[in-house]
Amino acid sequence: MTWLAATPVLVPMVTMVATALAYKNPRLQTALSFLGVLAFLVCALALVAVAHQDQAAQTVFGDWGVPYGIEFAIDRLSAAMVLMAAFMGTVCLIFMLSDADTGSRHPMVLPLLHGVLCGAGGAFATADLFNLYVWFEVMLVAAMGLFALGGRVDQLDATFKYYVLNIFGTLFFLMAVAMVYAATGHLNYTALAQAIPYLSTGMMTLLAVGLLLSFLIKSASFPVFAWLPASYHTLPAPVLALFAAILTKVGAYAVLRTMGDIFAGAPDFIYVVLGWIAVGSMVFGVIGAAYHWDIRRILAFHSVSQIGYILLAVALASQAGHAAALFYILHHSIVKANLFLIAAIIWRLSGDYDLRRIGGLYKAQPLLAVLFFVMAMSLVGIPPFTGFWAKVLVVQETIAQGQIAWTFFALFVGMLTLYSMAKIWMEAFWKPHPNPSWRAPQVTQLGPAWIASLGLAVVMLAISLYPQPLIEYAQAAAQTLGVP
Amino acid sequence: MIWLLALTIWITVTAGVYLVLSRDVFRCVFGLGILGSAAVLVLFASGRLEGMQPGVIPLGETALGAATNPLIQALTLTAIVIGFALICFSVVLALRLIQRADTDDVLALRMSEPIPTEPVKPPYNGADHEPVPPASAGATKLEGVA
Repeated sequence: MTWLAATPVLVPMVTMVATALAYKNPRLQTALSFLGVLAFLVCALALVAVAHQDQAAQTVFGDWGVPYGIEFAIDRLSAAMVLMAAFMGTVCLIFMLSDADTGSRHPMVLPLLHGVLCGAGGAFATADLFNLYVWFEVMLVAAMGLFALGGRVDQLDATFKYYVLNIFGTLFFLMAVAMVYAATGHLNYTALAQAIPYLSTGMMTLLAVGLLLSFLIKSASFPVFAWLPASYHTLPAPVLALFAAILTKVGAYAVLRTMGDIFAGAPDFIYVVLGWIAVGSMVFGVIGAAYHWDIRRILAFHSVSQIGYILLAVALASQAGHAAALFYILHHSIVKANLFLIAAIIWRLSGDYDLRRIGGLYKAQPLLAVLFFVMAMSLVGIPPFTGFWAKVLVVQETIAQGQIAWTFFALFVGMLTLYSMAKIWMEAFWKPHPNPSWRAPQVTQLGPAWIASLGLAVVMLAISLYPQPLIEYAQAAAQTLGVP
Repeated sequence: MIWLLALTIWITVTAGVYLVLSRDVFRCVFGLGILGSAAVLVLFASGRLEGMQPGVIPLGETALGAATNPLIQALTLTAIVIGFALICFSVVLALRLIQRADTDDVLALRMSEPIPTEPVKPPYNGADHEPVPPASAGATKLEGVA
């Protein structure tokens, strides 16, 4: 199974090149792009199937020995993340066929989209710290391209802020990698996990904090989340949904991989600090969201808040916590991406993202209202939706570890999340449109948007009603973490 | 030697941070480039500095001896190339941003996040900074926003 481990990079990369070459022919470009993403999806499913039989797909490039060559190893955690990226890529490409805020038809949109998938796939697949840095950079450059492509001045402004704040994370990461190599002489995850227990506590703390700081910037957690709410709302909807599903999750995955796997025996106070950082993200994200009236900005702040839950699960530093983190990442990707897609449908029907200028959608589109309601309740954590199971897994473990303050904040923030979702519900769906002569547009091209959004909703409902297989998968994934 | 390099890195980081904290967009971008060089120097330092021998293990031996670690040099080269590509992109981005926004003052760059005019209500971003609806719905859109 050596070739399979390289597919998360190879397939999107080939698709990226193919779509870039076909830039003169938009139809061919779209067809190639679907072909590529479906191949990616098939490979991701195969990776999950292989990983679930405890035979992680693994390859070492150039036939070097294991700790020296660049290794790609896809265990259950990585396989689940790759599958999530491939699935979200497919959904966003389908959504792009609609006319709901899909942005300019620039010939470079599709190649760059596959570039983001390639970077994310590489980051999930690799088992080498420096290689992870390379994939972070690939993702950063492709994402900046997508930010800037629209060419509106606010988009350029957002790109600049995204670049400046993210590059700090990348530079920290590069310096941390240098220190890790100087201290241990290894870059491979497995070799590092074996070498790190022999380091002094001070050195271990220095290395873990260096890596953690960079990944916290990438995952947009408190207090370094400023780049996310400053930039996300300028993106066209399908790209925004993909970023919401993947970009910060790569950071969260890296935190889980370092703190839960490589540095599994790091000093306890790092996990305590991480836990309070997570609480800060949860609280400040949700308060930021309460202020805003633009649906995209509300949802962007909620991304910060939800990342807090994932980090809190990692900070619990136990198998149950790691399983909860994986479950939460998957839940949040599906739900948050779909909420952004629904926001784009709202925009198409009512003409604006700002809640003060729209309304009356419950009467005009009851199905959309139900769709939004279900996804919003899942984000809040109302049973029986995925958000409930994800929060149960996290809160169960905080209570089991006697972390009463963290439990309180986790539940309290859920309540504040309900406030924001109720605000969108009241303003966009319930109240009449501020302009009495408003009518929903008759001629729209929303078919693909509905397919994408309903598809995500069906997946969410399936996991809600049968959470056990996914929970068991997450628990099995957590068992292999932190065991060199 | 290592202290000389440490001093160099210190000065580079200081210069980079000083420029990044500037309100001028171009200075900020160049500051990030300089900080990137500092990061590359840190990476370079992790592969041992002393030793003038080539990074080849002599026949019959198993250790590299006094030579520097060639792996780190490969990593450094990779980091330089990536950093160079990022600088190219960011300079073009900054140039375009300054042209379109007609300012290079970071405090005036509030297009994506406008400054609130009322104490509790966030401002509306303005139609220029929002996506344009498809042409078929143009009439409805104009009425809706009025």
